[in-house]
Amino acid sequence: MPATLAKSGGLFLAMIIALFGMAQAQDTAFAVHMGIMALAALIAALAVMKGANLSGQLADNEHQYDDAPVRWGVIATTFWGVIGLLAGLFIALQLAYPVLNLGFEYTTFGRLRPLHTSAVIFAFGGNALICTSFFVVQRTCRARLAFPGMARFVFWGYQLFIVLAATGYVLGVTEAREYAEPEWYVDLWLTVVWVAYLLVFGGTIIKRREPHIYVANWFYLAFIITIAMLHIVNNLSMPASWAGSKSYSAFAGVQDALTQWWYGHNAVGFFLTAGFLAMMYYFVPKQAERPVYSYRLSIIHFWSLIFLYIWAGPHHLHYTSLPDWAQSLGMVFSVMLWMPSWGGMINGLMTLNGAWEKIRTDPIIRMMVLALAFYGMSTFEGPMMSIKSVNSLSHYTDWTIGHVHSGALGWNGMITFACMYYLAPRLWNRQRLYSLRLINVHFWLATAGIVFYTASMWVAGLTQGLMWREYGADGYLVNSFAETIAAIHPMYLLRAFGGSLYLAGALVFAWNIAMTIAGRLRQEAPMTETPYNAAADRPLPAPARSAGLGGLQPAE
Amino acid sequence: MSRYELLRQFADSWALLGMCLLFLGLVGWTFRPGARRHHDEAAKLIFRSDSDD
Amino acid sequence: MASTPETPPKEGFSHRTLERNVTLLGLLSLVAVAIGGIVEIAPLFWVDSTIEKVEGVRPYTPLELAGRNIYMREGCYLCHSQMVRPFRDEVERYGHYSLAAESMYDHPFQWGSKRTGPDLARVGGRYSDEWHVGHLKNPREAVPESIMPPYAFLAEKPLKAGDMRKHLAALRVVGVPYTDKDIEQANADLTAQATPDADIEDLQKRYPKSQGRDYDGNPAVVTEMDALVAYLQMLGTLVDFKAGEAQEQPK
Repeated sequence: MPATLAKSGGLFLAMIIALFGMAQAQDTAFAVHMGIMALAALIAALAVMKGANLSGQLADNEHQYDDAPVRWGVIATTFWGVIGLLAGLFIALQLAYPVLNLGFEYTTFGRLRPLHTSAVIFAFGGNALICTSFFVVQRTCRARLAFPGMARFVFWGYQLFIVLAATGYVLGVTEAREYAEPEWYVDLWLTVVWVAYLLVFGGTIIKRREPHIYVANWFYLAFIITIAMLHIVNNLSMPASWAGSKSYSAFAGVQDALTQWWYGHNAVGFFLTAGFLAMMYYFVPKQAERPVYSYRLSIIHFWSLIFLYIWAGPHHLHYTSLPDWAQSLGMVFSVMLWMPSWGGMINGLMTLNGAWEKIRTDPIIRMMVLALAFYGMSTFEGPMMSIKSVNSLSHYTDWTIGHVHSGALGWNGMITFACMYYLAPRLWNRQRLYSLRLINVHFWLATAGIVFYTASMWVAGLTQGLMWREYGADGYLVNSFAETIAAIHPMYLLRAFGGSLYLAGALVFAWNIAMTIAGRLRQEAPMTETPYNAAADRPLPAPARSAGLGGLQPAE
Repeated sequence: MSRYELLRQFADSWALLGMCLLFLGLVGWTFRPGARRHHDEAAKLIFRSDSDD
Repeated sequence: MASTPETPPKEGFSHRTLERNVTLLGLLSLVAVAIGGIVEIAPLFWVDSTIEKVEGVRPYTPLELAGRNIYMREGCYLCHSQMVRPFRDEVERYGHYSLAAESMYDHPFQWGSKRTGPDLARVGGRYSDEWHVGHLKNPREAVPESIMPPYAFLAEKPLKAGDMRKHLAALRVVGVPYTDKDIEQANADLTAQATPDADIEDLQKRYPKSQGRDYDGNPAVVTEMDALVAYLQMLGTLVDFKAGEAQEQPK
């Protein structure tokens, strides 16, 4: 009880500090954010007081895994996924029809684009990572989560981070560095949440009842540690005022560029790759009901991936003012990265060795295989684009956007959806998902969406890249910049169409998950139709001795 | 300039060499005799007892 | 998998130790991922040749800085690069390729990664103030093919940049060589640079090549439009490149 008192007291203190910050705020956005923080602290304080016997409740259930944060995470992943994709479709349409910027400062492409990227990467992807990691680490360690209260803090603290970041973008609060846009105080908050995450995850591993640390946990651990390092270093900055939202990066120019892309590329490498590979290494074997193809390969995969990825950042800065040696280093490591990436893909795909028919019969497996196929494609495309001569054409164009989305929609999206489909019936103790057939609908909508998206962006990127560098016989540039924009307009329409297909698939997914949680079962034919004829399924009558005996004998 | 030289040298030689050796060592360990049984055990860990579903 | 003769577990360190020790696993992972960053990034902070000394590069004036903050706030960097690569077509289209020194006071850098719109590294002086204001208010009036959002609201909003002395002081902490006088004068400098007929001789002495005038056609108020156009009009003008004239003519 004194602990509860101290906790809620601390939260009330936090609320008062936030209100003080609100009163002292130098700008509106900071005041709004402090208000949100005060409100969050108040809600948390009330929740702590109301749920004073949380640890008591949990102690009663010592024989069960602590899945409440996982359940919340599945809901949050679904919710943010739809929001993020909706924002993406909207900004895609803005690029095709600029009138959709609506003339308000809050609805311009420039403010909504970070909202889209952060919503899909950090809100959708981040919640998927946190909730699957809590699920997997408990099962593979055969132990309940360490620090259950802190695990709840991680979940809600992370949602607060998302809300602060998202409202900040709309209000124009940004550090203006891609994928690291939240301002200094939001960064500090995320650091606190992340340290708690590390403690819960690491603590659970330490109290495990299994001798081994399963390979999925390696990937999760590397993801958590590396993101902490990247986040802290990249976001070092000096606030203009301690009660204002604006800060100035600790680094400038070349150094800032390399630090930012060291961060940016490894956000891809460790957030969107290592973390999701951890999901792959647990859920693919579980769904296929076969151990991973080669555990040895998974270890090699792990070490080579984390050794190589961290070097590849400078390939975002080819032909810039960054020194050549750093560019070349980045290129060489990026090309080498192809190998471990494909090693991981092969390891995942070959797990189905001997059970390939599941691709036909199990829609979740099919989705996982598609995810791995896209992982393979984009990790081939990436190294190719990091070759300087290719990059000279592809950089600054929509080819990059297409590449990112083949990875994000194909790999991250599909593996996440598959894992959520796996989790929902188990977490809510349902007999099965609401509908397996709807997974098929989702699968085809999403696949068609990705094909439209990536194909249109390849064409747009190549078109623009080639038009920019086109020279006429007279030795002058042929195209003005404006002409290249007009030329790719049809591709922007196709891209938006692909995005809407993918969003439609995600809505089917959300419906399926919601109905599963509600405990409904869709009346539908089962997925596997093994031919069965009841009329034929009986013993043959004993033949009459006198007649036809010869007819049943094989011809001699 | 000397600090730069030092770091460049670090980048050119020791760190790269050290990292390669560490990497090869870690990979080498997975191929040591006796690892297979150990790995099989770890790989099947997630299937042990079905009560965890 | 083929079978191998089973050997008893070995004593001492082995990968098994690692697989069973979370601290060691975490630590080794951190070492593995830290090396790459240290080796690549750290040298840049000490290398003298990363940034060649270039004549003319200076810190931003308070008004330019406020404009730059609006540029960042509106996410301009998401569609416009500020980094001309050393290719014939880019140099002819945008001007001399970018030098490291030109962004040495940029906290943060704004090189960008995508050209949904053209590069802006050398846009300063290529168009008139009126063109910029009209284009920002209604991009498609100036360039029919443009897909840029309209920013008419900038002209409506009085510039509330905050206390610029604090901004300059924060930048000095991270290494921008503002003088005491620059910081002291910051708020006055900001207004003076956007006010017609103000005495900016001292400002121009401290910030060479800075230009003072009313930028947005509304001399009564210093608006966000004033600040943003002031920033755009100084981009790429500090270093004197005689050889690298841009070839593409404004439409």
